[in-house]
Amino acid sequence: MQRDLSAYGELAAVVVVRNGWVVETTCSSDAVHVGLYAGPVGDAPDGEALFGGSQEEPVDLFGHLNQAFSPEPVAVVVPDGLRLEAPVVIATLTDADGAAVFPRVLVQVGNDASATVIELHTSTEVDALVAPVLEATVGCDGRLNHALVQELGPRIFQLGHQAFRVGQSGRVDAFAVGLGGDYARTRIDCRLTGRGAEGRLAAAYFGEDDQTLDFRTFQEHAAPDTRSELLFKGALDGSSRSVYTGLIRVRPEAVRTVAHQTNRNVKLSPDAWAESVPNLEIETDDVVCSHASTVSPVDEDQRFFLESRGVPTVAAERLLLEGFFEDVADLAPHPAVAETLRDALADRLDRRDAKSGVEATS
Amino acid sequence: MTESVVERVLRIEGLMARVGDTDILHGIDLEVRPGEVHAVMGPNGSGKSTLSHVLMGRPGYEMTGGSVTLDGVDLLALPTWQRARAGLFLALQHPTEVPGVSLESVVAEATRTDGRTVEGIHDLLVTEASRIGFDERFVSRPMNVDLSGGEKKRNEMLMLGALQPRYAVLDEIDSGLDVDALAAVSRRVQEATEEDGLGVLAITHFSRLLEVLEPDRVHVLAAGRIQAVGGPEMAERLESEGYAGVLAEAGASVGLPRGVTHPDGPDAGFGEDPFADPLV
Repeated sequence: MQRDLSAYGELAAVVVVRNGWVVETTCSSDAVHVGLYAGPVGDAPDGEALFGGSQEEPVDLFGHLNQAFSPEPVAVVVPDGLRLEAPVVIATLTDADGAAVFPRVLVQVGNDASATVIELHTSTEVDALVAPVLEATVGCDGRLNHALVQELGPRIFQLGHQAFRVGQSGRVDAFAVGLGGDYARTRIDCRLTGRGAEGRLAAAYFGEDDQTLDFRTFQEHAAPDTRSELLFKGALDGSSRSVYTGLIRVRPEAVRTVAHQTNRNVKLSPDAWAESVPNLEIETDDVVCSHASTVSPVDEDQRFFLESRGVPTVAAERLLLEGFFEDVADLAPHPAVAETLRDALADRLDRRDAKSGVEATS
Repeated sequence: MTESVVERVLRIEGLMARVGDTDILHGIDLEVRPGEVHAVMGPNGSGKSTLSHVLMGRPGYEMTGGSVTLDGVDLLALPTWQRARAGLFLALQHPTEVPGVSLESVVAEATRTDGRTVEGIHDLLVTEASRIGFDERFVSRPMNVDLSGGEKKRNEMLMLGALQPRYAVLDEIDSGLDVDALAAVSRRVQEATEEDGLGVLAITHFSRLLEVLEPDRVHVLAAGRIQAVGGPEMAERLESEGYAGVLAEAGASVGLPRGVTHPDGPDAGFGEDPFADPLV
């Protein structure tokens, strides 16, 4: 259970969850002093009220299973007016072979409060089903920076759901890194329910071998003057597959909505496969909405341009892929998360170079 | 008789090339020696850009005959990046935007590939930027993204200065430049020819570039062949007489590839030069 979190610097709290059970909670005394609660929901003041804050009913079978079987949800409560500088880290480990694991995290950021919550999902090399749920609410003028770094083992089936609800003039920045799992599906709902609420969703994913990475997003505008931005970018190597399906829904009352949705995929191998389906459902006029999606190999013109400057093909593709993810990495809520993403990318590109080297010499 | 020293020259002999199913170049002969400036001028569709792209090995441009050697090295047998390493540089007419990748990282990678140290690269680029009156922030921002045409061309010159090639092909480096930028860019190329013995093949529509960057030879390209060759005075003649005039004297027609006749008759449309510089 040793975990190096030193890259995150000073932490407000660390909660370690193993196979769905909270096994360790550490809160800095400063954070406790100013009113932060992080730990098992059973010990949280008025913990019961945290359920259903952003999602009244589970959205699918796995949500129902999580609701029924999640043994010990984690609560993070940031009271009104508390502006937390240091991040809260929730490390969720799965190491039970043959298990079905249902981690649940409940985050409540109060009015005029702010916090950064980083979830790290890992596993050992076990066969397991992991169905995590996150419920997060942000109050008036509140601000939540959330990241979920998914580095599960190669034999995990993951079906996850994250639901955010943002109140008046509040803002959520949700960042997802999808790297592991045999099949990993994540649904992200961002509900903007207060006037002037803002939601920014970003994700970076990299598929290898025969992994499937699957993202379903909902940007729901249910109040006037709300704004949402979405940027999901992925690279697919080997015979991996990715799915992106996203819906921007603008309710009749959500006039002057601004909503954008961009999904870009790079296919690094002829056997890789990416599907991208953006959708708009607009029930009012006076909105600014756009969506864009692409699936393509590495850009030939860009590669030629770098090659014409004396950069070998393999190095040119590497530079281009690092560059491809750079704008997403810049959106990470904490430098250590961006660093994790860059390191993971470098590892995968190293493996790719090693494989192409083998093919070139054989 | 054998030569103990490799002859320093970029030599293009009988170069033929096609794009897709269309033959564009029908046998180009050209020699550029260190420190020389050669201009290739010609109307639209004459094969100027094809020449530059086939020299650098751009995908889609296929060589169908002839040879190109750079200081004795068979250039066309090499992949693009090794042509660059051998000493060839192509400044593109439309420099590519590369999101997330800085000019500095590209120059560093090329330098590392060459087995040289990347220490001091940043300072070198900053110095190069100041030589062409360019802000040093362009060194570290994403390459060419959201830049004006003139800024992109200056980026090309920045890399030319930093990579120090032996021969540079400048593909319409003057297009999209204002007067000041044109002067700065031309001066930088001129200095490279004098200081480093850079051999230059400057491809251009108009003679404006050549007022600053004085050519040793001017080659007039039309219909995939060099139709006329002259000294700097050739550029002036093209200016005053137009391509049609010069080419008529050389016994060549302009515009349509060989074997293709204009639908309005063989002489239609060639009465006045449609390619003359509108700014004259």
